[in-house]
Amino acid sequence: MTDSEGGPKLTKGGGGPQEDDPGGGPLVVVENVNKHFGELHVLKDINLTVDRGEVVVVIGPSGGGKSTLCRSINRLEPIDAGTILVDGKELPKEGRDLARLRADVGMVFQSFNLFAHKTILENVTLGPIKVRKQGRAESEKHAMELLDRVGIANQAQKYPAQLSGGQQQRAAIARSLAMRPKVMLFDEPTSALDPEMINEVLDVMTGLARDGMTMVVVTHEMGFARKAAQKVVFMADGQVVEENTPEEFFTNARTDRAKDFLSKILTH
Amino acid sequence: MPPGTVGMAPTRWNAMDDLFNFGPFFDNFDQILEGFWATVRLSAAAAVLSLIIGIVLVGFRVAPIPVLRNVGTVYVNILRNTPLTLILLMCSLGLNDILSLKFSNVSATSYYWWAVLGLSAYTGAFVCEALRSGINTVPLGQAEAARSIGLTFVQSLRMIILPQAFRAVIAPLGSIFIAMIKNTTVAAAASYAEIALIMKTLLDDPSFTSGAIPLFIGVAVGFMILTLPTGFFFGWLAKRMAVAR
Repeated sequence: MTDSEGGPKLTKGGGGPQEDDPGGGPLVVVENVNKHFGELHVLKDINLTVDRGEVVVVIGPSGGGKSTLCRSINRLEPIDAGTILVDGKELPKEGRDLARLRADVGMVFQSFNLFAHKTILENVTLGPIKVRKQGRAESEKHAMELLDRVGIANQAQKYPAQLSGGQQQRAAIARSLAMRPKVMLFDEPTSALDPEMINEVLDVMTGLARDGMTMVVVTHEMGFARKAAQKVVFMADGQVVEENTPEEFFTNARTDRAKDFLSKILTH
Repeated sequence: MPPGTVGMAPTRWNAMDDLFNFGPFFDNFDQILEGFWATVRLSAAAAVLSLIIGIVLVGFRVAPIPVLRNVGTVYVNILRNTPLTLILLMCSLGLNDILSLKFSNVSATSYYWWAVLGLSAYTGAFVCEALRSGINTVPLGQAEAARSIGLTFVQSLRMIILPQAFRAVIAPLGSIFIAMIKNTTVAAAASYAEIALIMKTLLDDPSFTSGAIPLFIGVAVGFMILTLPTGFFFGWLAKRMAVAR
């Protein structure tokens, strides 16, 4: 794990309270997962493995189940059947165990979801203080390092509504990182942003990927997928249609469904 | 000049005299002040307690455990739909007098706490419902973000959801508290000597022959002195605490 920019380490091994040894087996395993929204079968026998340090990009048409899959990995969406293992442990059903698991799984949302009544700094320190039981001074120091790393240290005392979308999303990434998560989930992190703000968020994410963070990214940003991902998962109609390397996928997709999708988005 | 009009003049004069006769009001000013002080004490204690009851209840009503949700729903629907007079009489006559569940050997103290409890139990149901509508104004993403950093249900309710819900319903909470201050007059029925009971005692006194209307006006103004600032305060607070999204 190298940190080419010499900034503070963003990824695991930062002294967080992780009991488990790193290494040994994949970090996220999704096995035969099924989910329905009423009549709608949104996840059909999904299988997916995410290795440590791997960046997996999930792409596909709207309504294909990408976000649902992403959200089910930290159980924001409960699943009907199948198993999801994070770091070798099955997702707990509810309560404190689930909260503990979620603390190890960072999540970045399409709509940022920063706590509207708290400053940026308070947003970033809340989890470390209340969940990790870290001291305030230590948490604030780490938070400022993270905010500096994502380029918004000078916004720390402002409220979310005072920031641009791109700044809010970078703050949200810093909030997740402050928990020193084992894996980060990104649910369309740039879809709600103005075009000129997309890159500032993607740059932060590319930096994270380079530092060895394990990431599952649902996105429509093909450039990011090519640049940062080790694996592309193409989902449509609730199924994983194709799993491939980015180079192979974008130049020579195996399935017709993926070819069709790519022809629609790459021709304009 | 027709006969009879001569007799009218003094009558009319007496009526006007009575209308503006603030004498009895000021003669009994000490008692009236004491009555208002009792109202203030009842209001303040009930405001605090009803807020606590309302917060706990709303926690029940949005809890992931169905039993708690049902308890909250049943409580709110019973208390909100029972006349306050009935609740306070139940507390004072039923629980304090008949069942002898007393807070204190001093009967005035015991009646006071029963009045606080009854009024709070009733107002708490309204506070709960106001807060619940406030929770509905908080975007779902806030709760999801709270859960995703590992906060438990109670933590996210306490630190993320309720603080924002509160800010959204400060103005309606103000209305609830204004209604509650005026509802303290019902505690007269529960043997608690607040201003309404003092007023009634004064009016029932055989020596009290004129000045009833000034007394009403005086008491009404007294209530406005309590409720108007309450309204202004909550209005100011609502503006100040508004959450920008």
